[in-house]
Amino acid sequence: MSAVHAVHATHAVHKEPVAVVGIGQTKHAAARRDVSIAGLVREAARRALDDAELDWTDIEAVVLGKAPDFFEGVMMPELHLADALGAAGKPVLRVHTAGSVGGSTALVAANLVAARIHGTVLALAFEKQSESNAMWGLSLPVPFQPPLLAGAGGFFAPHVRAYIRRTGAPPGVGALVAYKDRRNALKNPYAHLHEHGITLEKVRSSPMLWDPVRYSETCPSSDGACAVVLTGRAGAARSPHPPAWLHGGAMRSEPTLFAGKDFVSPRAGRDCAADVYRQAGITDPRGEIDVAELYVPFSWYEPMWLENLGFAAEGEGWKLTESGATALDGDLPVNPSGGVLSTNPIGASGLIRFAEAALQVRGRAGEHQVDGVRRALGHAYGGGAQFFAMWLVGDRPPGG
Amino acid sequence: MALTAPLVVEFPFTRSLGPVQSAFLTGLRERTVLGVRTADGRVLVPPAEYDPGTAEELRDLVEVGSTGTVTTWSWEPDPRPKRPLRTPFAWVLVRLDGADTALLHALDAPGPEAVHTGMRVRIRWAAERTGAITDIACFEPYGGEERRAHVTPHSGQFADPVTVLTTPARLDYTYTPGRAQSRHLDALARHRITGERCPACRKVYVPPRGVCPTCGVATAEEVDVGPRGTVTTFCVVNIKARHLDIDVPYVYAHIALDGADLALHGRIAGIPCEQVRMGLRVEPVWTGDGRHPDHYRPTGEPDAAYDTYKGLL
Ligand SMILES: [Zn+2]
Repeated sequence: MSAVHAVHATHAVHKEPVAVVGIGQTKHAAARRDVSIAGLVREAARRALDDAELDWTDIEAVVLGKAPDFFEGVMMPELHLADALGAAGKPVLRVHTAGSVGGSTALVAANLVAARIHGTVLALAFEKQSESNAMWGLSLPVPFQPPLLAGAGGFFAPHVRAYIRRTGAPPGVGALVAYKDRRNALKNPYAHLHEHGITLEKVRSSPMLWDPVRYSETCPSSDGACAVVLTGRAGAARSPHPPAWLHGGAMRSEPTLFAGKDFVSPRAGRDCAADVYRQAGITDPRGEIDVAELYVPFSWYEPMWLENLGFAAEGEGWKLTESGATALDGDLPVNPSGGVLSTNPIGASGLIRFAEAALQVRGRAGEHQVDGVRRALGHAYGGGAQFFAMWLVGDRPPGG
Repeated sequence: MALTAPLVVEFPFTRSLGPVQSAFLTGLRERTVLGVRTADGRVLVPPAEYDPGTAEELRDLVEVGSTGTVTTWSWEPDPRPKRPLRTPFAWVLVRLDGADTALLHALDAPGPEAVHTGMRVRIRWAAERTGAITDIACFEPYGGEERRAHVTPHSGQFADPVTVLTTPARLDYTYTPGRAQSRHLDALARHRITGERCPACRKVYVPPRGVCPTCGVATAEEVDVGPRGTVTTFCVVNIKARHLDIDVPYVYAHIALDGADLALHGRIAGIPCEQVRMGLRVEPVWTGDGRHPDHYRPTGEPDAAYDTYKGLL
């Protein structure tokens, strides 16, 4: 064994197992005019502490994530949010990886615990989209460059068309995803959209915004925050509720544009999933993972990610969706919370995926709880499909 | 001569104030300065929603005096636009009577020799007040002694409270495209489309950025591409974006120009939207004195076979 391998092996043995013992979310909405940004993050953080039966003094460090500062026009918001998050006298770290930032935030916090730098860490991510306009923030007019021809939906719609062409998927699969996720959201009191009268026909007849993407197949714009409390073995032993244990976590990046980039199934996403599965000892994601919370801002990204993440063979993701396997009562429920299609405070959306995965293995997801979940995947992506973050959590400690 | 152009980033951000800042700013409109009392009895002005020391939620509002003491200061000899005063003034931290913390504002004084730490000052209210920090026009020197007991509980309730603030922000940049982009733009002005080839992987990047993102090496070899190309994928845009003066519906396409190793983005016209398809062969159309092609139109060639462009999706 080489010296490098020996060091890695020793390191692995001595990593602190990481447990999620507290989870909190705001009531997400188009505009939370009743709270300041400080009040918004506080609502989620307080609920996470209450879930863990901890207080501010139990937290040793705060890791905060959000998407670009332009989205609210507050530069370095972590500075003025320190009071609301009880961060006086503690390290505060800011994470920024565009739409995947919520996931990256949880992983940075988890690494602090795993490395035994801190015993108990609060990870929090937020966006208050109503304070600005994300479309504007993403479309700043750069001199000498042709104007961007579409916002986020238009940016991703051609990739959806490419997926449909590549796989021969029937055109109605996207509507199935949107209908499923919006119905799931009805069971989630924190979700932004509660469309009680939703029908498959309404989704199918909603306006075509960026053909092939219809209005009802796109995510809303939300205000919201999500917080998780991460701790080690000792903290987990004191947890009043069952913890979720981290079995694997990884981040990967790639350039927005490069010759050979596969926009339909980005390599960074495949590599990130492979790393997580290796850490967790997963060889058959479809058989071994019980629930997945995937970052699906446009309906067709469900079948696309099912392939990218190894739940389905290349070209077969849409068949999994069409068969009903990803429904709440299917054998691989995807986005039981209602997903990004029902709630999208951009910076928080990734952490909500991670938190919902943890809620499922803790048996604390409420009305949208899936029975007997032992392993769940939380997934986030961002930028022009260039940043990926994922974690796999289980109901038992790793190796146990 | 290097190209340069102004780049202005400007937006009227809004701020939901929450209960404490709402009471504070509405109070200023009513010539009432509110602070908040912490569990250990200190009075914070301006008020905080959460105790900076203990993180406890703070809601115990109190009214403090409109006179105070300068705790430190700095002279501004040459006020820039949008400063609180147009004439030279002092930035001051003022601990209002009854408060334990200081508020940042401007002090109207004839010169730096007239300002000192410990000096007594009072609020000069703006004639028109809207519920903003500028409702305090500035501070001015004041002869009276400190009155310590000037703190009374306050409900924070006012008629017609201010709950949302608009805070316009503006950043002014001078933008200069780099070497690679400038050369590309020069060629475009002559209706030539150029890319740059990576010396390592041999891929041709259009538009060039001076570096290959996968190899991490500089690119310099200029290559003419197109002008014809293939639509690799597209969407039909049916909603108008606020920053674009293009009638909907229109087709936003990824176009792989002949000789390029990745697609660029452009608009397809000269063909009904519903007839645009993957594999369509197109060419650029320049109009007016535009540097970039206004759009791409069909060439009339047979469609490209899927296998010829599927690697560019
Ligand atoms: Zn290269």
